[in-house]
Amino acid sequence: MRDPATPLPPSPADERSTVRSLLRLRPYVRPVRLRLLLATLLATAASCLGLVMPLVLKWMADGPLTGGDPSGVWWGGLALLLLGAAEAAVFGLRRRLVARPLAEVEATMREALHHHVQRLPLAFHDRWPSGQLLSRATSDVGLIHVFLALPLTFLVVNTVTLLVGCVVLLSQQWTLGLLTLAPAVPLLVVGSRFEARYALASRRAQDRGGDLTTVVEESVLGIRVLKGLGRHEARERVVLEAARRVRAAELGKARLLAGASALFVALPESAVGLTLVAGAYQVADGSLSPGTLLAFLATALVLRPVVESMGSSLALSHEAATAVDRYLDVMALPVPQDRAPVPAPTRRAASEAGPVELAFENVEFQYPDAPPDAPAVLRGVTLCLAPGETLALVGATGSGKTTLTALVPRLYEPTAGRLTMDGRDIAAMTRADLRGRVAVAFEDPALFSATVTENVAMGARNATDADIARALRVARADEFVRHLPDGTATTLGERGLTLSGGQRQRLALARAVVGRPRLLVLDDPLSALDLHTEAAVEAALREVLGTTTALLVAHRPSTVLLADRVALLSQGRIAAVGTHRELLRTNAEYARLMSAPAPLTVPTGERADGGRTS
Amino acid sequence: MTPSTTAAAGASVAGDAFAQDALPAPPGASRALLASLLRPHRRRLTATCLVLTLQRALSQVGPLLVAYTIDRAVPALRDGDHGPLLGVCLVYALVVAGSAASQYGYVRLSARAGQDVLLDLLTRVFRHSQALGLDFHERYGSGRLTARATGDIGALRGLLAKGLEDIVGAALTTVCITGLLLHLDRQLGLAAVTVGAPLYLTVRSFRRRATRVHRDRSSAAAAVTGALAETLHHIRVVQAFRLEAAGDASFREIDRRHARLSGDATLEMGRYVTSSRLVANTGIAVLALWGAHRVASGSLELGAFTAAVLYLRRLYDDPLKLGGVLDAYQSAVASLEKIAALLAQRPSVSEPAAPARLPANSPAGRGRRAVLDGVTFAYGTGGEVLPRLDLSLAAGETVAVVGATGAGKSTLAGLLARFHDPTHGRVLLDGVDLRHLATAELRRAVVMVTQDAFVFSGTVAENIAVGRPGADRADIERVARAVGAHAFVSALPEEYDTDVRARGTRISAGQRQLLALARALLADPDVVILDEATSSLDIPGERLVQRAMRTVLEGRTALVVAHRLSTLRIADRVVVMDGGRVVEDGTPAELIERRGRFADLHTAWRNSLT
Repeated sequence: MRDPATPLPPSPADERSTVRSLLRLRPYVRPVRLRLLLATLLATAASCLGLVMPLVLKWMADGPLTGGDPSGVWWGGLALLLLGAAEAAVFGLRRRLVARPLAEVEATMREALHHHVQRLPLAFHDRWPSGQLLSRATSDVGLIHVFLALPLTFLVVNTVTLLVGCVVLLSQQWTLGLLTLAPAVPLLVVGSRFEARYALASRRAQDRGGDLTTVVEESVLGIRVLKGLGRHEARERVVLEAARRVRAAELGKARLLAGASALFVALPESAVGLTLVAGAYQVADGSLSPGTLLAFLATALVLRPVVESMGSSLALSHEAATAVDRYLDVMALPVPQDRAPVPAPTRRAASEAGPVELAFENVEFQYPDAPPDAPAVLRGVTLCLAPGETLALVGATGSGKTTLTALVPRLYEPTAGRLTMDGRDIAAMTRADLRGRVAVAFEDPALFSATVTENVAMGARNATDADIARALRVARADEFVRHLPDGTATTLGERGLTLSGGQRQRLALARAVVGRPRLLVLDDPLSALDLHTEAAVEAALREVLGTTTALLVAHRPSTVLLADRVALLSQGRIAAVGTHRELLRTNAEYARLMSAPAPLTVPTGERADGGRTS
Repeated sequence: MTPSTTAAAGASVAGDAFAQDALPAPPGASRALLASLLRPHRRRLTATCLVLTLQRALSQVGPLLVAYTIDRAVPALRDGDHGPLLGVCLVYALVVAGSAASQYGYVRLSARAGQDVLLDLLTRVFRHSQALGLDFHERYGSGRLTARATGDIGALRGLLAKGLEDIVGAALTTVCITGLLLHLDRQLGLAAVTVGAPLYLTVRSFRRRATRVHRDRSSAAAAVTGALAETLHHIRVVQAFRLEAAGDASFREIDRRHARLSGDATLEMGRYVTSSRLVANTGIAVLALWGAHRVASGSLELGAFTAAVLYLRRLYDDPLKLGGVLDAYQSAVASLEKIAALLAQRPSVSEPAAPARLPANSPAGRGRRAVLDGVTFAYGTGGEVLPRLDLSLAAGETVAVVGATGAGKSTLAGLLARFHDPTHGRVLLDGVDLRHLATAELRRAVVMVTQDAFVFSGTVAENIAVGRPGADRADIERVARAVGAHAFVSALPEEYDTDVRARGTRISAGQRQLLALARALLADPDVVILDEATSSLDIPGERLVQRAMRTVLEGRTALVVAHRLSTLRIADRVVVMDGGRVVEDGTPAELIERRGRFADLHTAWRNSLT
């Protein structure tokens, strides 16, 4: 089963290049590029300082010691001490230069992702499991940080060292130098083939890591279901299967890396061996001095660990490149832009406050990601809510009620037709402007890890304590909130204490009414309340509904009775509009949806026949 | 008094540890955890070390061959004897092959060992977190738990990947070079070893400070995951209420804290690199000076001095690299500490040491007799939710529980399902205390459906099959039909094989509840507990479910918690709760006649339907 959200790894034919991917990091690295450059220079300087120390020793050995100059010995010691201190300082300075800036690059990238996904359309969130996004924001961005901190610098330092080494080798004797460098050719060929395969493998591993995050997260989110059914073992199999897939991908990576790193070990070693043998012949026939051969081999031996470490640096670079791709896959998705603001008609100036008029004009909707042949979810919906009117939306489960409400704050955009507010196409309004007029209470009440006050205050800009108190009263939440340990200052949500479904629903309702919105959208806002609370909330809600326009999704007659009119949504179309009584009389489907279940006075005798021990 | 208010009273005592991500772990728990993780793989780890040692040893052969060639092979060559050089060729070829092969083996072996350890750890964390009670999950938070199972386990991965190589490398270098130095000059060698003491002190101070930084960093990282997860889960609210900017600001705060601590960790490492390098370089300079004076005074040979000083640098170089390992180790230990604290949490309900078995089902029906015997219950240390409750459900009986929010209905349901254990008293199923039943046995008998009808990624069929893994398609369709879910499922593009996240698919809240009911039915339990399991259904849907329930519950014992009194149509008996007590108990008809609370509720409900 492939997750639809996981883009297929690019095929080798895509000519995906690690360098190209890494170069896409430029905008994020730009603010720190000078420091990064300086740090790289310092790292190079530090390794040079390391090379100077043996020279001092050589000087001491050749000069003062053999010459019997005791004061020269002191100078040598002092030089060593200073060089050592300088080297340590340069090492420290290099880290100090980039430690905070690179942590900030990571933070900035993560915040940019947070910023971006918050603004991506809901259609995106419907399809992307949050685990995939979480793994991109945490492990992938972390990987990029690691890459910038170490491999990037060392790739530069090592490359410089290698180039210098090559120059040294070739300048000493170019024929032997070429021989020493010959293994570089297969190394480059194999290296580039390895690059392509390793890039694929690491993309696979990271995508599977995201899938694992998804199943783990869902197992935690669905814990009540799993506990209720006792299905931990089966779920564990699902999670471990995902984990084994990660493991398999990682082992695949290791297989590739093992081959490549064996080569990275073997080829430089063969270079030294070849040079040694060829050099030995030259020394034997007198065409090469033993000293030159020694110097040659010394240089080759110094370069060997450099080449070896290039292998792991390159592997890390590939992983970082994959991380960049995965990150930018999300960042590249377009955020819906507001159209250029259309000047508001002047007549609206008078109606800046107070209830709005909302109209659906021949609205058709299909989810943007649906297959082309799928029937539209909403078809030809035409409805008008007069200013101050409350319209109930009734329909069978799955008839499209929630979808219809989601069009009002433009969480989704209609595929045809339009919605107008006070005669103005809402598509021409900025989302911020539109959403400032509309408040929604969703069916699934989402509370944040924040205090009661903060959760309610999210519904309005600059809500006062009085506003919040009023909203809590309307939702009949004041009573239970008073009994919370810290009252309105109690932290709720995942990290705080958990409320019952009915309590959460009432806080979501309070959030919706706190800002005195000009249009209120309530999606089955009372489903989890008990009868008494429901009646109390309805009474209070009636006052609020008197001052605003409201669209109310309802499943129960009691909720419908809050509305002035009712619209019946049937298979994506508005089948009838009228008052509750009218529709009960004239529309069979409505009557079926709203008719009271059979009276409760169930004859217990009927049951007794069932042979029950009651 | 709601379950949550009392839970909160308890939470305010221990809640700080949860809020600050500072759950207690026994001292040394992280090291013990690491040891217990590595122990089962010690053979593979030993093999990995041996292969690595071989590789490192082979890589030291080169210089020896160079010396041999210059001293022996070249003169032999001049004498026309190609033998020694051929020998060099042969040995070199063997070294190349051997080091390549051992390098290949090392990378694969270490990856295998590392992945196995990680898989073990994930299994443990996952299994344990699933066993922990709902009270734990509600306070720990899903984001943080996800971070523990992913990011924190990843920290260990970093250690396993890098650690072994550097540790083995450093150990080999230290042993070899110390030996060489002692061989070259006893005094100089001993002096070189003493420089190890200040180096050790530097390492120790670094370790202490790094532990602290990494501990905070791990918490900060979990907080980042949690905050992001919350944004993603509540995205509708975020967008509809224009909370994006506020969300960015609060996320930034959490994220910057992580950035600060991550910077601190790097700086701590930088400080260590600087100070340890300074100590080592000073040591080299002092030893060189001392050696030089001895050469000048004639007590040390020049050649020995030169070689010793060149080796000195390599002696300190590799152990200095251990700083990187130590950093990875501290990071892993900080993460393991959090994981160990998680693993140290005891589940609120524990598995019995000697599990009992339920008696075989009676031929009369599947139902079992459930008894709450003198049960009291309190969340944490807060006030009691159930002061004292005695209730008996006859086998095969359907009992509805009604009452206002916070009357204790869900607590009652949770006790019967053993989501938590009573503070006093017992819950018995066919006379067996629930505490004596293994989870598997318990869940074969008792299944609970809550309001929260979570849908997992996967197909509709897979989601229903959560009720009984391995169920065949016919069974899945049968239960879907029974609860009235078949109609909407058939309308989906690929029916039962439709991926719930697939293109254009949206499952409504009511449909999710139908899937949850289908799962429960597929589980085929003796006792069914429905806690507000139909709150989002429309009236016809509910009616359908009620009708279905009559067949579904036939013969089973059922406890149904519902606000909607329509549920009572299937109830043999109604229990009215208030303030954690049963205030009325009888058949619906009896209670209506009694004109008590239930009669009031019923009248209100009838009125609400007109």
